[in-house]
Amino acid sequence: MKYLCLVYSDEKLLHSLPDSPKDEECFAYAASVQNSGRMLAAEALQPIDTATTVRVRAGKTLLTDGPFAETKEQLAGFYLVEAKDLNEAIQLAAGIPAARVGSVEVRPVRQLEV
Amino acid sequence: MNSRVTAETISALYQQESRRVLATLIRLLGDFELAEEALQEAFACALQQWPVDGLPEQPRAWLVSTGRFKAIDKIRQQQSQRKYQQQWLFEQDEDIEAFQADEPNSQNWQDDELRLIFTCCHPALSTEAQIALTLREICGLTTEQIAKAFLTSPVTIAQRIVRAKNKIRDAAIPYEIPAAEQLPQRLDVVLKVIYLLFNEGYSQSSGDQLLCAELSAQAIRLGYLLLELQPDTETMGLLALLLLQESRRTARIDQQGDLILLADQNRSLWDQALIQQGVQLVERSLTGRRIGPYGLQAAIAALHAESPDATSTDWPQIVALYDLLYRFEASPVVLLNRAVAISMAQGPAVALPLLQALEQGGELSQYHLLDAALADIHQKLGLPQQARFYYQQALNKTSQQAEQRFLQKKLETLS
Repeated sequence: MKYLCLVYSDEKLLHSLPDSPKDEECFAYAASVQNSGRMLAAEALQPIDTATTVRVRAGKTLLTDGPFAETKEQLAGFYLVEAKDLNEAIQLAAGIPAARVGSVEVRPVRQLEV
Repeated sequence: MNSRVTAETISALYQQESRRVLATLIRLLGDFELAEEALQEAFACALQQWPVDGLPEQPRAWLVSTGRFKAIDKIRQQQSQRKYQQQWLFEQDEDIEAFQADEPNSQNWQDDELRLIFTCCHPALSTEAQIALTLREICGLTTEQIAKAFLTSPVTIAQRIVRAKNKIRDAAIPYEIPAAEQLPQRLDVVLKVIYLLFNEGYSQSSGDQLLCAELSAQAIRLGYLLLELQPDTETMGLLALLLLQESRRTARIDQQGDLILLADQNRSLWDQALIQQGVQLVERSLTGRRIGPYGLQAAIAALHAESPDATSTDWPQIVALYDLLYRFEASPVVLLNRAVAISMAQGPAVALPLLQALEQGGELSQYHLLDAALADIHQKLGLPQQARFYYQQALNKTSQQAEQRFLQKKLETLS
């Protein structure tokens, strides 16, 4: 099964807490998931200042500056993994270094019925 | 084959075997909903066939295989839906030999009950969902019974159960016994569910008394089942704690439904048989390696259970056990209980500063039992005015009617 692990954290604190992971550590973990053959994709994101929200209403494309919702913790990155079940996905998510300072939401991917 | 099978025989068998059959069907079919329907169908077939053909040699195996084939039929009928599941089942069909090797009474079948317990109590489900699922799937209570016990509507409970089952299916929560390194942590979740279940049946003073007693009885039954399937010292400790609390069920409430404190209870009403079972388990659990909070609380309960009255209770020993408990659970509630034990062991004057420190700490500012303890200590120290103040505080903080009546009575005796 595919699971999307959404990494949320308070952007202002993500890199400044004593437990904050360094880029090297994040990279090393991603490499280890890659080597285990369970990685489909993973990226870190630019801060929400760079976000643009797109909506299409009545055929018109509407743009807003900023993220979809103002929340206490912001989406900071994601992992798309292949796991045998939720337990394995949780284990992978728990290894993401940013989980120490933020939260990781684990969501199963839905198969489109076509 | 035995030729005399009545509906009563089958009904008794349902009581005994239905949960085990369900547990195995869930594994074989990979779906809770489907397994439950299959279980009902299998028993419907048994009602038709057994009185005619006689009891099969292995009723449980007969029920599992009948249920499984009924489910496969059903899926074939609804071919367009549930595509992936169908495929999965037929893959299994090709592996008929493996199914036959999966014999009843084998370890695999035994483990199905444990799989069911760990799946219903999976930490990815909310506590509320864990409890509802446990009662429905493992204890076999109806949605109506669960709703009544939790003073809510059957619709709410049904939704909660459906949502949980959907999550198990869609997020692929595995139907398995956790790996060794995960086991202690996962076992703790199961123990917590059993404990909450028990308390729900024990601490409610309003509501259906019979149903409440049934909830607590189910929790104790689950404790025994878990202990049998997965021997563990903390499970033993929890079970002992439940038995010892249960032994006081009739003594802790008077005829008006008002609470009676441990010190004031008529100890001849305590159930000695339950106490004996509880104390034996405590003794066994204390020799085990994984001593933990439940075992320690049970040890404290055992000291109460074994003393003829409050004053001759071994309070210094209880204080020592609370000290140990605090190492596992550094919570202010443990400190509060410890302070109360110290007041019994060394007098209220020694306990007062401990309680005042807790009051200043502020963590228990909404906890009425701290105020009640402060009130009691002040009363014992001959300070009725402060006692009244704290009883009033406690009264403002609880919404439980029996507790309100209890505190009200205390206030009246003071004025």
